[in-house]
Amino acid sequence: MFDQLKKTEVYKSIFRHSYQDTQRNRALQIVDNVFLHLHPVRVPRHAANLGYTWGMGGITFLLFLILTITGVILMFYYRPTAQYAYEDMKYLMNDVPFGPLMRNMHRWAAHAMVLTVMLHMFRVFLTGSYKPPRQFNWVVGVILLVLTLLLSFSGYLLPWDQLSIWAVTVGTNMARATPLLGHEGPLGAELGMRIDNDVRFVLLGGTEVGPPTLLRFYVGHCIFLPLIAVIFMAVHFWRVRKDGGISGPEAGKKA
Amino acid sequence: MADQVTNDVTGQQAETATAQAPLKPAVAQISPAPLPRKPKQDRPPEGDPGIWRLSRRNLLTLAGWLGFFGFIIVSTIGSLRYMFPRVLFEPPMKFKAGSPNDFTIGEVSERFKDEKRVWIVREREGFYALISICTHLGCTPRWLPSDNKFKCPCHGSGFYKTGMNFEGPAPRPLERAFVGIADDGQLEVDRSTKFLYEKNEWGKPGSFLKYTG
Repeated sequence: MFDQLKKTEVYKSIFRHSYQDTQRNRALQIVDNVFLHLHPVRVPRHAANLGYTWGMGGITFLLFLILTITGVILMFYYRPTAQYAYEDMKYLMNDVPFGPLMRNMHRWAAHAMVLTVMLHMFRVFLTGSYKPPRQFNWVVGVILLVLTLLLSFSGYLLPWDQLSIWAVTVGTNMARATPLLGHEGPLGAELGMRIDNDVRFVLLGGTEVGPPTLLRFYVGHCIFLPLIAVIFMAVHFWRVRKDGGISGPEAGKKA
Repeated sequence: MADQVTNDVTGQQAETATAQAPLKPAVAQISPAPLPRKPKQDRPPEGDPGIWRLSRRNLLTLAGWLGFFGFIIVSTIGSLRYMFPRVLFEPPMKFKAGSPNDFTIGEVSERFKDEKRVWIVREREGFYALISICTHLGCTPRWLPSDNKFKCPCHGSGFYKTGMNFEGPAPRPLERAFVGIADDGQLEVDRSTKFLYEKNEWGKPGSFLKYTG
């Protein structure tokens, strides 16, 4: 069964060469290394053609960097507890020097990132850049899209005002209907899911949006999700290099 | 010292190889003849586990992997369980709502809405408790006495005083909570026991408290 698994396209796209200790695999280990491929060795002429790529992937990465830096700066003043969160947000907006600039940069970059990720995906679809050999990278991209949306959603709760509390209440109520893992979803009740042990409970840290939810979303927003996103981004860039560089009209003709 | 040891091992391997090679056909044909005794030494020869099914190296490898995966599995289970707290700092589901005579007939009491998310409705025949969670997406509707209806501010769902939905996106009526009389004569509401209209539970005992005092 394991041999059959090794023959599937999914397995082959994740593990690119065998584990056997041969000269060729040793060389591949270095040549395929993720860290050596984050930056392109050379830039083909068509990569500068904005009409083809729209530059949306690069802009998304730039926005991610802006969000990381402004996010860390915001963390100096923001305390993720129900008592202080809203006050600290107000403090940042009214009394901290350059506080409004930092918070608004974070906010607008976040909005823009969701937009650019979608436009990037749209462009990749239009130019057919999801086709082999790039099919694995499309999958990585979809995961990154989900991570972007999750980052956006978890950041939405942090101001801890009425808008964010109710938005997250509504958003997490969907998790009730998760198949198998939600207490109102198909087969959920049959598997012993209750309001205080299903997937929504894990997200909220309780049966309703409250202080534990704020803390969980904060940790997820600042540490867990960005970490996962960085890992997938590294793989994303690596696959761009290994699958023939930034896609362009010539690459399309060759394939 | 290290040189000597490696020499020993290689020499011994070569020895056994030469000793066994000519014997092989004989073993295959006749009953297994005893192999020539190996020279006595202070450790078991390579590849001979003695009375043990496993060699020392394989046993240690196995123990190492079992320990590794055991640690991974246990710590994964542990950190998953860690995300389910034992104690919740939330308002209790069951609470006492004061004397039944504090409620006026025909009125929807919003006294417990903010803290417990429950409306207590007093009718001529008795009481019922509606859970103030919109059945659309979980916002808190408002009781509008002038329009005689509950109205949700999020997406405009409307409910009659009985809890029946009649406008907006709400797919089903409001849920009712258990209402009864406690030992001390106070009204008691338990939100953990729910009565759903679509399951024909609004007639069940507890969904409506008969009271004409």
